[in-house]
Amino acid sequence: MIEVMGLTKYYGSLAAIRDVNFSVNAGEIVGFLGPNGAGKTTTMRILTCFTPATSGTVRISGIDVGEDSMAVRRSIGYLPENVPLYDWMRVRSYLEFVTRAKGVASSDRVKEIDRVSGVVGIQDVQTKLIRWLSKGYKQRLGLAQALIGDPPIIILDEPTIGLDPRQIREIRNLIKSFALNKTVILSSHILPEVSQVCSRVIIINKGVIVAEDTPENLISGSTRTSRIQVTLRAPEQESKNLISGINGVSTVKTLAPFDEGMLTLTVESQQGWDIRPELARAIVAKDWDLLELRSIDVSLEDVFIDLVTEESGDILTKESVIDREVA
Amino acid sequence: MNGFLAIFRKEMANFFVSPIAYTVIGCFLIIAGFFFWANVSLLSLVSLQAANDPSITSRINLTDVVIRPLVQNMSIILLFLVPLLTMRLFSEERKTGTIELLLTYPINDLGIVLGKFLAAVSVFLIMIVCTLSFAFIMLTLGAFDIGVFLSSYLGLILMGSSFIALGVFISSVTENQIVAAAISFGAALMFWVISWTSSFTGQTLGAIIRQTSIIERLDSFLKGVVTLSDVTYFVFFTAFFLFLSFRSIETQRWRG
Repeated sequence: MIEVMGLTKYYGSLAAIRDVNFSVNAGEIVGFLGPNGAGKTTTMRILTCFTPATSGTVRISGIDVGEDSMAVRRSIGYLPENVPLYDWMRVRSYLEFVTRAKGVASSDRVKEIDRVSGVVGIQDVQTKLIRWLSKGYKQRLGLAQALIGDPPIIILDEPTIGLDPRQIREIRNLIKSFALNKTVILSSHILPEVSQVCSRVIIINKGVIVAEDTPENLISGSTRTSRIQVTLRAPEQESKNLISGINGVSTVKTLAPFDEGMLTLTVESQQGWDIRPELARAIVAKDWDLLELRSIDVSLEDVFIDLVTEESGDILTKESVIDREVA
Repeated sequence: MNGFLAIFRKEMANFFVSPIAYTVIGCFLIIAGFFFWANVSLLSLVSLQAANDPSITSRINLTDVVIRPLVQNMSIILLFLVPLLTMRLFSEERKTGTIELLLTYPINDLGIVLGKFLAAVSVFLIMIVCTLSFAFIMLTLGAFDIGVFLSSYLGLILMGSSFIALGVFISSVTENQIVAAAISFGAALMFWVISWTSSFTGQTLGAIIRQTSIIERLDSFLKGVVTLSDVTYFVFFTAFFLFLSFRSIETQRWRG
């Protein structure tokens, strides 16, 4: 459905993306993941014919973006990052404008507006000024304009940014619901969202694709060590020495500060070793209280930070990434 | 074509949903009306004084005392007001980011430029058509030269369209509306007054400057002379700036 080959875009002497290759099959939901300034928006802008690429080709349903831009534009619904809408317009007249701009036949316009309004759930705000809509409704209206004309491909740039958790879930469900018969590319910072909505994830950093796989494969592929969190009541140094001695354990770190004799440790062991039974026996044999013992799953967030850190080579903690997202 | 109509309708809606069109048209009509009233009053006063002297009565007529000064004054008011009509056309879309969506809809760039240009021209024409009421009032006052009246209005309309095209272009290069209005006004004024320098800039340069000046072109329309060169001047002026707007949109695409 979408084929991207050797895509490069320079802004002046600065490369926003370099030699990006990927393809998306019909009916897929692909997540575009990357820190700010990674080139997600640039890639999307090239796909939607907003800006031409410096080099490389993009084929949408076999049509080259540079050759027949109008045909490509007709087959794509796009929602830019900050949801640009005409806030002086009323919802209904805005949607009428979009149907005209997208060339929907005049006899189908009313039907199309009603259909899309029903899909995204904005029937009850049709006469409202866009200026007075809540952020959630603006986002829905943004989705509505992308859906008008029933394009087979939907491209969404950060569709849930700035929404509250309830609205995020609503929008996410909406995307899932209309994605049944559409090809969707969405970009996001919010990693759990990507793992829930997308069937495939493309991680991009500094203009280069660093990974591309299903969320499950990305997580399992990166699990080089398994991690266990253990809470016990014991002296810190002595218990650390004991656990380090267990076969297969690579590192032991104190997680929570020593509090009323209680201690939480993170134990990493080599992949494939289940050290939990032996760990439990060793603690009990010492007559210490074992309060909690559980293994920790690696999240997509860890994978993302791993990949992004590896590639850029700078010291990037989970906190600093979250700080960037908040900023 | 569909896309062009969509843009045209949206821009017209923006002019009339917001107070922009009403304010600009209102201001224009009040000032133009004031000049009309003042000129007619002057005419009646002068006619009374000249009643005893037949040698000047022939020179006191509606065409010379009312129509010509009125159209001249209207053209100066337009110089101030047209930038206010055009300043937001592209600037606002760039500022709010709506241009990004607009440029990804299946509408070609020329359709977008023409849609916006013709919407502004329509508001301008509504403004001019309202001043035709002056002509009906004059018909009750006495005879005037219909030919001069029509050619003056043709000149006014061509000049207004040129200013609108200039304004559309300036608006497409900045996302700040005030900057767009200021530059449009400044540029239009320069085209207006540039002929004043022709007397001391030497023969060749002076001739070129006289050819590019708007005021010289408008002057012949006010005399009732419609020449092909004057009409083509305004048509080319308009087409040139519309072309520049079109290219400016294309450059913005490249800059992303």
